[in-house]
Amino acid sequence: MLRKPVLSLPGLALAGTASADWALNMPEGVTELSAETHDLHMMVFWWCVAIGIVVFGVMLISLLKHRKSLGAQPAKFSHSTTAEVLWTAIPCVILLLMAVPAARTMIKLEDSRDPDLTVVATAYQWKWHYRYQDEDIDFYSSLDTASLQARWKGSAVDPFSVDNYLRDVDRPMVVPRGAKVRLLLTSNDVLHAWWVPELAIKKDAIPGIVNETWFRAEQSGTYRGQCAELCGKDHGYMPIVVEVVEPDEFLAWVETHHEENARVAANQ
Amino acid sequence: MVTAAAELEKDHDHHGPAKGIGRWLFTTNHKDIGTLYLLFSLVMFFVGGAMALVIRSELMTPGLQFVHPEFFNQMTTMHALIMVFGAVMPAFVGLANWMIPLMIGAPDMALPRMNNWSFWILPVAFSILLSTLFMPGGAPASGWTMYPPLVLQTGDAFPFLIFSVHLMGLSSIMGAINIIVTILNMRAPDMWLLKMPMFVWTWLITAYLLIAVMPVLAGAVTMLLTDQFFGTSFFLAAGGGDPVMFQHIFWFFGHPEVYIMILPAFGVVSEIIPTFSRKPLFGHDSMVYAASCIAFLSFIVWAHHMFTVGMPLSGQLFFMFATMLIAVPTGVKIFNWVATMWRGAMTFETPMLFSLAFVFLFTIGGFSGLMLAVAPADIQYHDSYFVVAHFHYVLVPGSIFALMAAAYFWLPKWTGHMYSESAGRLHFWTSAIFVNLTFFPMHFLGLAGMPRRIPDYPTQFADFNWMASVGALGFGLSQLIFVYVLLTAKKGARATDRVWEAPRGLEWTVPSPAPYHTFTTPPKARIEEESFK
Repeated sequence: MLRKPVLSLPGLALAGTASADWALNMPEGVTELSAETHDLHMMVFWWCVAIGIVVFGVMLISLLKHRKSLGAQPAKFSHSTTAEVLWTAIPCVILLLMAVPAARTMIKLEDSRDPDLTVVATAYQWKWHYRYQDEDIDFYSSLDTASLQARWKGSAVDPFSVDNYLRDVDRPMVVPRGAKVRLLLTSNDVLHAWWVPELAIKKDAIPGIVNETWFRAEQSGTYRGQCAELCGKDHGYMPIVVEVVEPDEFLAWVETHHEENARVAANQ
Repeated sequence: MVTAAAELEKDHDHHGPAKGIGRWLFTTNHKDIGTLYLLFSLVMFFVGGAMALVIRSELMTPGLQFVHPEFFNQMTTMHALIMVFGAVMPAFVGLANWMIPLMIGAPDMALPRMNNWSFWILPVAFSILLSTLFMPGGAPASGWTMYPPLVLQTGDAFPFLIFSVHLMGLSSIMGAINIIVTILNMRAPDMWLLKMPMFVWTWLITAYLLIAVMPVLAGAVTMLLTDQFFGTSFFLAAGGGDPVMFQHIFWFFGHPEVYIMILPAFGVVSEIIPTFSRKPLFGHDSMVYAASCIAFLSFIVWAHHMFTVGMPLSGQLFFMFATMLIAVPTGVKIFNWVATMWRGAMTFETPMLFSLAFVFLFTIGGFSGLMLAVAPADIQYHDSYFVVAHFHYVLVPGSIFALMAAAYFWLPKWTGHMYSESAGRLHFWTSAIFVNLTFFPMHFLGLAGMPRRIPDYPTQFADFNWMASVGALGFGLSQLIFVYVLLTAKKGARATDRVWEAPRGLEWTVPSPAPYHTFTTPPKARIEEESFK
């Protein structure tokens, strides 16, 4: 059962430097901003490690040396203005060093101007609906059949035997690599949230409100996520799958949809 | 002075406790009411803990084994409501009732009848809340944050949820008023404000926070009630309302609420660490300023719980900067505790062990809090298990460990006997090991992409979930050792009046166990304090 027994702060640190281990640390992801977010995360983490070494170090020395059992005599001091000013001022400086790059990334995250492609994602209890605004394409995206059959209590299907258990859908969202995709999010019923860690995107889908976010995936591949805002009993069963494909593949995908649209229209 | 008080006590035997159940139902004695609060919160701690074990059992392996998703959501919701409003908050109010009059040299709380009322509302409130488990549609399942529109899909339980929250708020507000009035009006003549023990100080600040925010919560849930039953549309988009407004109002309550649950813990630890370091608390005044500063900041950071709702950039930046600032006064507190230990003469009795673990593990929760403050990173952490790890680190080895420390610290004063030190230490070590086994792996789960509040999960999260579940079971069983300590609390050696070697404060000048009435004439705070040197 236990394949990854590393369970310590150094473990997280190691994973940070090795950066490949998905299971221990935040993924670096496949967009410029996901990499920046990862770097921010690691920067703050290392500051915490440094502060932790100092604070816990002093505490540990005290715990080992200043014991009554070793005959320690208690000192009488109860304040030191110098120390107190220092340990108020130094954290302020450290915070400033964190705040500046964080604000810089935040500003980029909010800049969704001039998109190459706009997709409207509407959340339902419990599936997603995607509409490609300029392409006349729209479809629902729900949990795939294999997971659906395995998810029930007493289903007798071992979740380990299902590929991408709870992380696969019948129809994924498809976007071209390198394109700036603007995502407009809303909901038809309750709150939901669209989260794909590799794209560093998490945004709430709220009824009556259209939220906006964007990403530009630099690598083609399949990226998986889940709904991140409690939305009722099947909150755990509305995954998100984004397939990032080469631009010409994307055009072909759009074409098949147009043909299908035409066929449906002809049949009506 | 002390003997005089004790003799006075003898002369007034008819002022002793009443007999039978009436003693507890009609009591206006701060010690009785404190005991009631503490026992009630202990019961709620086990009820909420049992729900946590249902959650962790289901999450032990992928796939659904024990419960259905609807019931799972009811468990997460009820676990949080019961732990926050039923276990942690009443436990601190219980400590306040018992200890504040003893620490400031007052004969009782200022408003003893209201004190009785504010306690006895609680069993009613929680009976109502727990009864929803048996109603059509089950208990509330929308998370303790009660976000609309989901919360409006609750079944018959909905109005009972709202009403029980109203009652809990009422109880908290009355308790807070009582504490403020007691502290401001009933101190011993020589106890100036800045001379008050840190526990009294942190509770004074906490009580103001309670009065400021509990009515806000009451307002928010009342709006939910009218949206559901009276045709209003405060939070319904279809009627022109705004679902996000609820989140703003809720977290305007919710963030100070976080400090309501931790500031008294800071106070407890600030009493215990000096006692067992045999040194005065380092920077008493700066501790007071830091706590006040934290309280002020708690009102202007609420939207850091909402970085993904789509706020304007300026709003996100403001809340990010304000949130990061909290690290400064919190840091001051931690540095002061470490400086209190520095060059002390430490011993490691159970209360000290819990307090040291508090400083260490609360700081780890503080670190993840700092990481969460960084808005772009928070967008990744938000609503993931990283957040679950963070707030459990500040609440379990934070607030709960401080409560345990307080219980061991003052138990001899309450019972007049020393508790079993070996059982106490066993309780500490098992708790400390299992709490980390439970919550540390959750950091990794969150970073790897596991959302919170899901009953089942993708298979790559299996290992850490298994670890967390084993840890949770171990932590739950460890708490039975505490019950054993309480059941045998009167079997130990007789406690002296001072109990510990170097305690400070007026509570150690009264006999152990503390008589039913204490400080019927006010002590001379300064003189008592001098006598310790």
